Amino acid sequence: MFVIYIKEIRSFLSSLIAYIVIITFLLAIGLFMWIFPDTNVLDLGYSNLDPLFFIAPWVFIFLVSAITMRSFADEKRAGTIETLTTSPVSDLNIILGKFFAGVTLVLFSLIPTIVYYLSVRYLAYPVGNIDSGAILGSYIGLLMVGATFVSIGMFASSLTDNQISAFIISTFLCFFFFTAFHYMGQMKMLGDLDYVIGWLGMFAHYESISRGVLDTRDAFYFLSVIVFFILLTKTVFGSRKW
Amino acid sequence: MSVIVDHISKIYGEQKAVDAISFQVNKGEIVGFLGPNGAGKSTTMKILTCFLPQTSGQASVCGFDVVNESMEVRRRVGYLPEQNPLYLDMYVKEYLQFMASLRKLGPNGKRQVDSMIERTGLTQESKKKIGQLSKGYRQRVGLAQAMLHEPEVLILDEPTSGLDPNQLVEIRSLIRQIGKDKTVILSSHIMQEVEALCSRAIIINQGKIVADDSMSNLQGKVSKSAKLTVEFRDPIHSDILKKMEGVTSVESMGEKKFAIHAASVDRTKEQVFAAAVEAKTIIISMQEEEQKLESVFRELTQTAPAKPKKANSK
Repeated sequence: MFVIYIKEIRSFLSSLIAYIVIITFLLAIGLFMWIFPDTNVLDLGYSNLDPLFFIAPWVFIFLVSAITMRSFADEKRAGTIETLTTSPVSDLNIILGKFFAGVTLVLFSLIPTIVYYLSVRYLAYPVGNIDSGAILGSYIGLLMVGATFVSIGMFASSLTDNQISAFIISTFLCFFFFTAFHYMGQMKMLGDLDYVIGWLGMFAHYESISRGVLDTRDAFYFLSVIVFFILLTKTVFGSRKW
Repeated sequence: MSVIVDHISKIYGEQKAVDAISFQVNKGEIVGFLGPNGAGKSTTMKILTCFLPQTSGQASVCGFDVVNESMEVRRRVGYLPEQNPLYLDMYVKEYLQFMASLRKLGPNGKRQVDSMIERTGLTQESKKKIGQLSKGYRQRVGLAQAMLHEPEVLILDEPTSGLDPNQLVEIRSLIRQIGKDKTVILSSHIMQEVEALCSRAIIINQGKIVADDSMSNLQGKVSKSAKLTVEFRDPIHSDILKKMEGVTSVESMGEKKFAIHAASVDRTKEQVFAAAVEAKTIIISMQEEEQKLESVFRELTQTAPAKPKKANSK
């Protein structure tokens, strides 16, 4: 697993994908946080990072799909899947190696945003007047959303040998799992069940963690979605043997 | 027994790619797997390397079942797939080191990689990206990858396809050198290659084994029906040739040129010379069919009309 992980990280770095993802992410978030009207922190007047945490999942939908689209599609198209699966590594190891490499990239794109946190902290009046607990919670939530997107993206990539198809399937699934249940819950169709439907989506859990309350149920939710998609990926990946 | 294949079948959808084949390969043997495109060579190799499971039958490598003990098999097998898939954006050395660590070679890995680079003649190219290499060098990288962990069984799917004649000679000598103490199964549709490298050939057609014998026995089969192409200066009647002792058939290719099929080449040659003298003419050219295995191959695989079959996809 570790070997695959290192290889994936290296290929992110050597193919410039890592740099492009991190720069694009920081640029997009930076624009929303500091420059664009309506969303910038300076005009809003509150010392928090709400614009960051509101926009980041949407940017991740595209960026994470772009990171993961090649994970299996490319291996299948190039045939390297054959050398990989005939060497003594289990399918699960291959999948987990790729998964953690994706999560690492998500983490590395989040780390530089600490500068934004420090800026807001410094700009606050009085200096340091900021809810650090809620921000830490939001970071954890964002990382979990990112990790979930990675597992969804890998699943999409395992379905096809075409990277563009993988990207489109992945963005749709990420979007769907992130907000669709939330909106369905708001349509008030099923009475008491609306709340339950809302809880099936990521948005409700992300919001809950963002408040700075680390509820094990939320962590459990994200972990189970990740495990679910990793198992789906494993099933699809193993289906070559059927 | 290094490799035992027992009534293996593989069905893709409705198509039978491999049809109940059985064979065994001893330790230290170099076996050529011959057959036209789509005969089932690659499929058999994919089953032996645990990439695809068979539909029915059993196969084992070094005593381990390819389905139930796949990890053990994978550890002992070196495999060069047909398309020689490589990560084009990796450096040669980086790729080999990756494969070495994937095979858990540990501290030996570095030394193995260096020695493999040297043995495959990649020293000059080891700092290049694989994508920059020509086909011949990529093939060497593929071979280096397959032999990195000193596997007990080496399975090479068309190892020399697309190489130029110089590279061909080099790669062949490399395979021969490695095959001294390892079991090698290599597939090819180039007869000369199998003749040059292997001690035994398995000829497969439309998923079935049509011949499995040592090289000398296979060659012996053809010499019974040697083919001689003779051209005379003056027209000559084909009946003269047909009447010769041991001649099975005569094809005339114009008035002066004939293809003679006979049991023994030497005996026929003598008679043809005598006939030329008698007819007061001169033999302008005489050609003996040299590619003996090729004729066996053609004979065995063309009995049934070759239907286009896709066995390699999926």
